[in-house]
This record gives sequence, structure tokens and C-alpha cells, in this order.
Amino acid sequence: MSSTSHAAPVPLGAPQAVGAPGVLSRWRVPLSIAVLCILPWVLPSQALAVNVLIYGLFAVGYNLLFGYTGLLSFGHAAFFGGGAYLTGMAIVHLGLGWFPAMLVGVAGSSVLAAVIGALSIRTRGIYFCMVTLALSQLVYYTALQASNWTGGENGLRGFTLAKADVLGLTVNLLDPTQKYYFLMVFAALALWFVSRVLNSPFGAAIEAVRENETRARACGYDVERTKLLSFILSGALCGVAGTLSAIHLSIVPLDALHYHTSSIVVMMTMLGGAGSFFGPFVGALVFLLIEDVASLWTSHWQLIVGIVFILFVLFLPKGIWGTLIAWRSRS
Amino acid sequence: MDLELILMQLFSGLALGAILVMVALGLTIIFGMLGIVNFAHGALFMVGAYAGLWIASLTGSFWWALLVAPIAVGAFGMLVERVLIRPLYKRTPDDPLLLTFGLGYVLVEAVRITFGTDGIPFSAPDALQGVVDLGVGYFPLYRLFVLGVVAVILLLLWIALEKTRFGLIVRAGARDPLIMRVLGVDVSRLWLLVFGLGVGLTALGGVLAAPMRNVSPEMGTLVLAEAFVVTVIGGMGSLLGAVVAGLLVGVAVSMTALFAPEMATIVMFALMALILLVRPQGLFGRPGVGA
Amino acid sequence: MKDIKTSLTQGVSRRTVLAGMGVGVGLLAAPAVVRAQSESVRIGFPTPLTGPFGAEAKDQVRSAELAVKLINDKGGIGGRKVELLVRDDKLNAGEAATRTLELIEKDKVHAVVGALSSAVQLAVNEVTRARNMIYVSISQSDTINEVKDFSRYTFHEALNPHMTTAAVAKATFKKGSKIAFLVADYAYGHEMLRGFKRAAAAMGAEVVGEILHPFGAPDYSTLMPRIRSMKPDILAICNFGRDQANAIKQANDFGLKKQMQIVVPVILHNQRIAVAPDVFEGVIGGANYYWELESTVPSAKSFNDAYRQMYSGAIPTDYGAYGYTGVTALLLAMQKAGGTDTDKVIAALEDLKYDVAKGPQYFRKCDHQAVQSVLVLRSKAKADMKGADDLFEIVANDPGSEDMLRSCTELGFPT
Repeated sequence: MSSTSHAAPVPLGAPQAVGAPGVLSRWRVPLSIAVLCILPWVLPSQALAVNVLIYGLFAVGYNLLFGYTGLLSFGHAAFFGGGAYLTGMAIVHLGLGWFPAMLVGVAGSSVLAAVIGALSIRTRGIYFCMVTLALSQLVYYTALQASNWTGGENGLRGFTLAKADVLGLTVNLLDPTQKYYFLMVFAALALWFVSRVLNSPFGAAIEAVRENETRARACGYDVERTKLLSFILSGALCGVAGTLSAIHLSIVPLDALHYHTSSIVVMMTMLGGAGSFFGPFVGALVFLLIEDVASLWTSHWQLIVGIVFILFVLFLPKGIWGTLIAWRSRS
Repeated sequence: MDLELILMQLFSGLALGAILVMVALGLTIIFGMLGIVNFAHGALFMVGAYAGLWIASLTGSFWWALLVAPIAVGAFGMLVERVLIRPLYKRTPDDPLLLTFGLGYVLVEAVRITFGTDGIPFSAPDALQGVVDLGVGYFPLYRLFVLGVVAVILLLLWIALEKTRFGLIVRAGARDPLIMRVLGVDVSRLWLLVFGLGVGLTALGGVLAAPMRNVSPEMGTLVLAEAFVVTVIGGMGSLLGAVVAGLLVGVAVSMTALFAPEMATIVMFALMALILLVRPQGLFGRPGVGA
Repeated sequence: MKDIKTSLTQGVSRRTVLAGMGVGVGLLAAPAVVRAQSESVRIGFPTPLTGPFGAEAKDQVRSAELAVKLINDKGGIGGRKVELLVRDDKLNAGEAATRTLELIEKDKVHAVVGALSSAVQLAVNEVTRARNMIYVSISQSDTINEVKDFSRYTFHEALNPHMTTAAVAKATFKKGSKIAFLVADYAYGHEMLRGFKRAAAAMGAEVVGEILHPFGAPDYSTLMPRIRSMKPDILAICNFGRDQANAIKQANDFGLKKQMQIVVPVILHNQRIAVAPDVFEGVIGGANYYWELESTVPSAKSFNDAYRQMYSGAIPTDYGAYGYTGVTALLLAMQKAGGTDTDKVIAALEDLKYDVAKGPQYFRKCDHQAVQSVLVLRSKAKADMKGADDLFEIVANDPGSEDMLRSCTELGFPT
């Protein structure tokens, strides 16, 4: 049953959403960055803005695999948490500065993605979902056990960065505004990178794989290699998000690796619109805003999140942004 | 380490395995027939436990709870299938998965609102309290009772699926829904029934587990993980697979408990990862289903 | 230290700028922010309203609100009203850190009190200490006392595992008794184990075995045969919350309670209610507070009465009481300091002697651990309960003393 439906999948994100022609698409990186620039001034708090930045990037990285390549992973917490832990551990245990530590975090999560990716892309559909889930839970339990390195259930602490020296300038990381723009630079670079990837021949290849694997193979694409590369890039981007979260929070909670974190990014990507460039950011924004506002007046905010999510799966599978784009290109 | 302890350990492993089989049955049946991974499985398990608790408090009888709760929750499952899942059949299998995932969130929160965040006491009926001397050690009577129930359920399921016309249609429907439709079988009604059956079994698992584990809104989270492990190892959709894998995992956990009990959860996930990598379709799964 | 000083001054100047901007651009920003700028004393209060400890969290909030009300009734802090800003930390350390940042940066709180799990309190502490913000933790942990996580801004109002295990051991262990341990394999579990083992060694009790279990395990049946084969007199279960309830319930199912005394480092009021009385019957555990204390301790009586009056007859519970004692201690110190100046409040807290709910308390100088009495409770049989709240009998009430704590040297503080 699932094999048949995989031969001719109806993609979650509309294909036309990807290459939506016009201003929005051509200027997507500068526009995105402009939105990020004003974010801290329109949201209720800077802490929320930073979270949107971090989870937005996390979702963008996840979207590369889920939205563009068509692989539903339930294990991306491993790369987000992995990036965060490795950055923190590089500072705590190796005494590295913030920048080398970030590099360690991103490199580490890429390696982790290469391993998990190589093991999991051989399976398809539901099984892919399960393998990624199982392997990321293994990472979680490993971090829980290796408490000498990771702090175990108490989380990793002791690497608060009060300031960062960048090209002769000193950024005060205890100041929320300075911290936001400092972190935003990295998010912007990552966005630009994603945009380049999507516009490259490789971007065409992953979408071909998503649309129809058999046809892509017949056209001469190396499907396995394409999937693996997409998996690694996706993992690396999630690693960047994790790295930023470590610097932002100055702790790494064990929950960063938990399956729950993976499911949050799935929800954000779905809400915003899988397979669209800015959709994941919109999703992260909406999700976190619901959570932030709703949890102030009810402890049952998850009910709202759950219902909204169900309605989206049923009626707006392209998500907020994907639907907007589809609607725009139709009219 | 004496032989008695090892035998006792083996037995508690098998008993734990039987509970795991019970926990996984609903998940594997729904996947096998409908190709849907039900992420609300854990939440429905928990709803089953609460439904049992509620019915027991109304009627004052555990037995009514055991009988009525699975039927009631199963009916709710059919409603879910008809209203929420049916519109998604024509989409990818990812969509029902995501939907049931959201449903899980909603169910947990709904139970928290109705019954509170704290757990609620639920005890085995007096007739099933106490311990039994097995010769090599003592074992709770209630857990032996659960073993018996699981055996009966498996027998009934086996008869229903292998020996009846309904079973024949279900199995054929799982293999090729299109042909069934061509042959004039109402597949959508079939799927409705199977989904209801799967959810009902899940709820039964919840009622049975309630006197062993404490009833709380979060009790389903780990159940979902356990059910995944068993289902994946056994082969998704395979009844025999679920039985063998459940017992296997139970014994593996139990034997780990002799040497490094803190590794029990890791052992479960490591087994699952290993099977997925070496034999993605699981021990008894049909190759080609998604792999 | 120097870095922190400079960043503090920077922070202040930035703060005024931001405050001005905040008024202009706060789109969704709650009106509370603007109002709060005037003169109130704001206390941030992160607590896990969502999740398995929701009931404890609600009790914490109620107690904390009572503390604020009582102080406000008496004129607040030098005429300034006190405001409690409750935030849901969802029992998640990352969420707690975010909410704490929000409380400090957006809501401009003057101090933070709260948390209910070890991981969450350490996360909050990490955020507050970097920003020179006073934090009164009301969650159990040994780690927060140690020099690595300590800061002069960190105060620990809750008991720690070392104290509760020592009290429980004193009440139950005897020379020559055989003790077996069932331990959750994470920091908190190991802290409890360490405390029990040290007490056992000091008293000449014999450890016959220890079994670790995965944190959050739902089933303990495979561990029961081994525990039985160790033939202990006492089984010390070193875990918390749902794990504890499940472990005790299943030990009961396997008939272990007939053969051995079950003891736990912390026995929770709400957890006991969530599980049937026969499951907990006879189990002995430590606690910071139990309402029955009112028959012997005058301050407990007045706390209970005020609580009953505010919440239509309800009684305060253990973790809830932390919310009261923690917030009250902080506010008393602020009163003494005549305001919210951080250094003055720290000095006042260090000198504070308070008795607001459970007998005399004070913060030890080196690690800011609250020296206080420790209760040992035994869970009652259903037949012995005189009412729905009559859950425990008080086995012992050890008065507070620094002898209960690990020495400052052991925690890594210079002497």
C-alpha cells in the first residue's frame, strides 16, 4: 500500500511554490533578512525573537530534507542538539573560543548527519521516519549516559559567553539586542547558503528526487548520493541553529536532543509550508507566538497548538506561506 | 548468580514481553491493513486507561471497565477515521502520520483538562491482588492474568484473521485495495472497522496496564516508543512479528536487568536501530512495504 | 569578575534606552510591561504549570501569591507594591532559560524565585548569575550547592538530597541493617544514593546491593526478582515523581513491602494522593513541609491559616510551601535592605533569620543553602486516615543545623 503511494506521491508542498517566479523569489534572501532585522522590534520580547531566529533556521534546515527532498525525518533533534552540545562542550572541555567552538558544532553535526543519513536513506517512507527516530533517540540516550561530558539530565552548563570579539568589535552578549543581531548574522549567512543550494543544479536534483524517484534515476541522477548530500546539508544547517541556541541560552538542555524537539520542527515546517523558502520561518514564528501568548493565559496551550496543526494537515497542507504563494501565483 | 534467579528473570522477561505485545498490537494492525503509522497510539492507550478508570468509578467494577472501555474508545477511533483520516487516504502516508501526531497532542491535553495533570489511583480488583509462588520466585497474580488475556486476544485475532471470511477480506484488502474495490468490496468500510479494532485493542492495553503502571496523562509517551520498537523489530503489520518481537524485547530487557539495568531503554532502541539497518522490513515483515 | 562588573554598567545604560524604545514599539507587548515600569517590585516566578508536576507547580504559585499578598498587606517593600510574574517553564530547561531571559530583559524583574526540577533550576541559575540577578531556587539538588554552579546571586531555599537522605536514614537505618538501593540513573538519583550510602556507612548499616534503572522507566518488574534475592531489610528507592510512584506500586505488586521497609528521600503530598493509599502505606520519606506541623510549630499554624483563608480551606503542600518560604525570605530581605539594590539584598539575605512556616531558617554563608528542619513522614494506612488530607504521620522533625550539610570545603569553597 505504501509502496504504491510512494511511486506517485502527491507532494506536500506544491512544486510551483518552490520556483514561484517574480520579485518574491528573486529577492527572497534580502527580503528574509529585512524581516529578521525588524523581528525584535515587533515581537513581545527579544528572547522570543531569538527563538524565532533559531527555530526558524532549524526549520529551514529541516525543510531542505522534508520539503524539498520529500523525506520525513523524525530525528533532526540529533543535529540541532548535537550542534548545541558540541559547541558547548568545545568551550567547556576544550577551552575553545566562540568561533572555533561554533565550527566544531557545525562540523560535528554534519558528521553525525552523514552517519545517520548513510544508515537511514536506504529505507523509505515510514521506515525512514522510524530509523531516523530510533537513531536520534540513541543519540539522546548516549548524551544522557555520558554525563561527565554532557552534564546528563542536568544539561550542559558553564560556558556563558559575556562577550564576543568580532573583527575588533566587542559584542556584549548579555545585551539582548546586540546578541540578537550577532546571532542574526549567522542565520542570514545560512539563509543565503540555502538559497544558493536551491538555485544550483543540486537544488533541481533534490526536487526531481522528491517528485519521482524512479524518473529521477532514469534521468541519470544518482538518487542515493543526492539524498545523502541533502541529508548532510540539512543536518549541518540544523547544527548551525543548535550552535546559535547554545550561545543564546548559555546552557544546553538535554531536551534539545529529545524526540519532542524533532516533532516541534516538523510541526513548524508544516505550519509554515514545507517546500517553500520562507515558510519554515513563518511556521516557527506562528508556533512560538501561539505558545508564548497562549501559555500566558492557559497551561493547556498544547490543545490549541494540536488543533491548529490538525486543521493545517487537513485543509492547508501547503502551510501558511505555501498557500499564500500558491494563491498569489494563481491570481 | 543462581539458576533460580535466571529462570525468574527469564519468566519476568516473557511476562513483560506479553505486555509489550499487547501495547504494540493496535499499532501493528492499523499499519498492516491501512499503511498508517498511528502516532496517536500512545495517547489512545492513555485514553483507554482513563476511560477504564472512569467506567470503573461509575460501575464500581473493573470487569465492566475492561469490557466497555475498549469498545467505547474503539468507537471513538472509528469516528476519528471517518472524520479526520479518511480525507487523507489519497495523499502520501506522511499526512495521516502527521495528523495522528497532532491528535496525540490534543488527546493528552484534553485528558489533562478533564482529569487533571496529576495521576489518578487505579488498583487491580481484589480477586487479582496478591502474589503467586511459581517455584522459582513470586509473581503478581495480576500480571499472570494479563498474560492470560493477551493469549486469549491473540487467539481470537488469529481466528478472526485466518479462519473467517472477514479475515480473508481484510488480508486481501491490505495487500491490494484497488483489486478489492474492483471486486466490489467496500474497502472504506473495511478500513473503518480495522481502524476501530486497532484503536480498541490499544485502549484494552491501556485498561490492562492501568493497575500496573500509574495512570497519568503522560503514560502514553513511553508506550508509543515501546510499541514502535516492537512493531519495527517484528515487521510492521505482522501479528506473528509483534508477538515474537514483543517477547524478544521483553527477554532482552530482562536479561540486561541482570547486568546493567540502566541500559534497558538503550538496549530497546539499539535493537530497533539494528533491525532497521540489517533487515528494514523487520523479522516477519513482507519486503517491499515501504522498504 | 571584572568582565561582569563592566557589563553590568553597560547593561544599565542600555536598559534605559531600551525602556524608552520598548514603549514605542511594543506591538504585542503586554500592557503589564509599561505599567510595571513605575515602581512595583517585580519577582519572576518560573514553574512547570504544564507537565507531570502541574499540581505541585500550582501549589507553588498559590503559596508564592500568598507570600506576596501578606507582604503587600503590610505595606510592601518600603511602600512599593510587590508583583509576582508567573511563567510556565514547562519542566524544560531550555524553555526555562528563555522565560527567565524574558523576565529579566522584558519584564525587568528585580529577582527570580522558582523552578521544580534539578535541570530547570540549574538553567535558570546559569541565566540569572551571568546577569547579576538574585535567584532563590526552590527545587531540590546537591549540584547547585557546589562551587561550580554557585554564585553570590544564588540562594537555595529547598532542601537538598544530602539533607533528606540523612534524615530518612537516621530515622530508619540501624547498625547492621541490610540496605538495597533502586536508583534512577541520572544526577539527582545518584545524589540521593550518595547521601544514603554515606549515612549507611556512618551508622554501620550494610549495603547489600544497588540497582540502577533508566530515568523515566515505566516498568520495574524485571528488577524485582533481583531486589528480592538481595534480602534487604530496607529498600531505598532513589527516584522522583512518576518514577517513584511506579517503582513503589510495582514493588508492592511483587509483595516486596511485606519483606522489607521501603524508604524514599522525598515523599510528595500530591503524588501520594495520585496513587492509592494502600500502595504507599508504610513508606517512609523525607519532606520539607507537612500541614500537620501546625500542631507543634506556631509559624506553620499561621501559614496554614492564612492559606486556608485565601484558598477556601485548602491546605498547603510540600513543594508549594517552598514557594511561600522562598518568596517570603526574599521579600523580608528586601524590606531590610530598604529596596531592591542587589548587593544590599544579598547582604540582607545572608544575615536573615526567618521563621515563617516551619521553624527557624537561615542561609549558610558559603553556599547560600537554607539551613532548616527536615521532616520524616510515614504514609498512613487508609483505615488510619482521619480525613482526605490526613496522609502522613510525622516520624521525626530534625531541627535545622549545619551538621546536616556537606562542609563548605567539601563543596569546593575556599576556607
